[in-house]
Amino acid sequence: MLKTTFNRFKLQFGIFFMLLILIIIFMILSPSTFLSKRIYISFMSTIPFAAILALGLTLVIISGDMDLSFPSVMAISGFTFSSLFLSTGNALIALIAALMVGMGAGLINGFIVVKIGVPSIIATIGMQFFWRGLTTVICEGMSNSIVAVRETTLHPLFVGRVGSVIPAQALWFLGIAIFLWSLLNRHTFGDSIRFIGDNTQTARIMGINVDYVRILVFVQMGLLTAFSSVLVCFEMANWWPTQGEGYMLLVFASVFIGGTSVFGGRGTIVGTFIGSIIIGIIEAGVISSGYSGFWTRLIYGVIVVASVSVYAIMMKKKAL
Amino acid sequence: MEKLIQMRGIGKKFGEIVALQDVDFELGKKEVVGLLGDNGAGKSTLIKIITGVYPFDGGEMFIRGTKVSPQRYTVQEARKFGIETVYQERSLGERQPLWRNIFIGRHVTNSFGYIKVRKEKEETINILRNLIGLKGAGISPDSFVGMLSGGERQGIAIGRAMYFKSEIIVLDEPTTALSLKEVEKVLTFINMIRENGKSCIYISHNIYHVYSVSDRFVILERGRVVGHYRRSELSLEELSEKLMLHAKSD
Repeated sequence: MLKTTFNRFKLQFGIFFMLLILIIIFMILSPSTFLSKRIYISFMSTIPFAAILALGLTLVIISGDMDLSFPSVMAISGFTFSSLFLSTGNALIALIAALMVGMGAGLINGFIVVKIGVPSIIATIGMQFFWRGLTTVICEGMSNSIVAVRETTLHPLFVGRVGSVIPAQALWFLGIAIFLWSLLNRHTFGDSIRFIGDNTQTARIMGINVDYVRILVFVQMGLLTAFSSVLVCFEMANWWPTQGEGYMLLVFASVFIGGTSVFGGRGTIVGTFIGSIIIGIIEAGVISSGYSGFWTRLIYGVIVVASVSVYAIMMKKKAL
Repeated sequence: MEKLIQMRGIGKKFGEIVALQDVDFELGKKEVVGLLGDNGAGKSTLIKIITGVYPFDGGEMFIRGTKVSPQRYTVQEARKFGIETVYQERSLGERQPLWRNIFIGRHVTNSFGYIKVRKEKEETINILRNLIGLKGAGISPDSFVGMLSGGERQGIAIGRAMYFKSEIIVLDEPTTALSLKEVEKVLTFINMIRENGKSCIYISHNIYHVYSVSDRFVILERGRVVGHYRRSELSLEELSEKLMLHAKSD
């Protein structure tokens, strides 16, 4: 029993093991940093932004699609949030509007991919340019400083320090992960996502509303993207036109380190959860260990290639 | 014997081409009927009329005693009557575990749409053991379909159809591209269909596979029924001769 449980979840165990080893290495190389709790609290405040994107993207990839537009959807949602907050002074209205913009962007992606039939990788590259372009045109290249957002009642709810220690965004990250885990593993919606990514024809024959589910998956990605951008705005009390740039590769790396298959049909939220933590701690770990920041990308590369190679070998041996 | 399907004088044309002409066909309860004939003889057309894919042009059809009109008899309607076609490759998700494949589209859930996983796994074990007799061999509800052989996959699809109360299971060339050992398994599953009180229409052009499991044979040729035999009436050799004869008379 114990052995079969281990076998079923060995991917999750494997990646958790990888995280542990990484932390132990950093503890040895940089004990003063990695043996104190401060670094972990700082991780909890910085990791959730990209990690929430990775959670949403996991569902998109399992459904057999791709979303490359999220960095720009972040920008337009964050712009909506910050501008509306500046003009109305009401963070709640700004938040709701930003989430609507995110969902709208997801809906447009879904429509182009599912109804018009453009492959998702191409459609979302297009939308990535479109949203970035639109945002830059409207904001005329200027940032929005929203210092007053720190005084709002919503601020502590999203990025406050719970018990004056734990960053609230870490709890949001955890909560979203648990919710998406239950959706993917225990809900018929998640079941539909798996079968659509696995074999669309099967899903259709067995009565799944394929178009509806695929569009909804894009919408949830848009929603989570907007949510992440609002968290960033709250945390930084600022919005800038290049918001979201630089997240693209890190987010994909988190998903693939987590063991989600690029071919669709398979993937784990637990894997992405840990994968995004791994990606999130590397930079601080490398620098505090006394190496230059230039090493960070190299190590990302090694970890991504090594982990996906291990998964590929396991797949070949049908061990997964 | 109770008749599940009765067709009288069924005809079907595609434009000028006559696909079926004056076809009589019956299927009884707990009966396996082998539908034989060369390519283009009309086997698939007949099946598609029964499963509601094509409307028929002439004649009449009764399903479980109810007369059906060709205009209103659709795939959904056929399913309501308990008719299900089993496709080998198209109906299973390879990267998903068995229990998800059994319940896809028909999950047991609470009112929020959350799946009762434990219950579904128990039922899957039931289906594996009792409905299709797949025992041991390292197959469990958590096994992935991708790890199963072609014959076993047929078994899962057949078991699923039986579990969801299909009365008539249509198998379209289920043994194509399977090894001898796998064919053996599929034939066992077909016997299980009868043992569970269900009926089966089995299309094949391989009479060696059809002969051992069918109660009756219907031979189609150029859209007409040219032969109709019970297994008790003739040996495999005789059936083989009949088929050759019909093929030569072209």
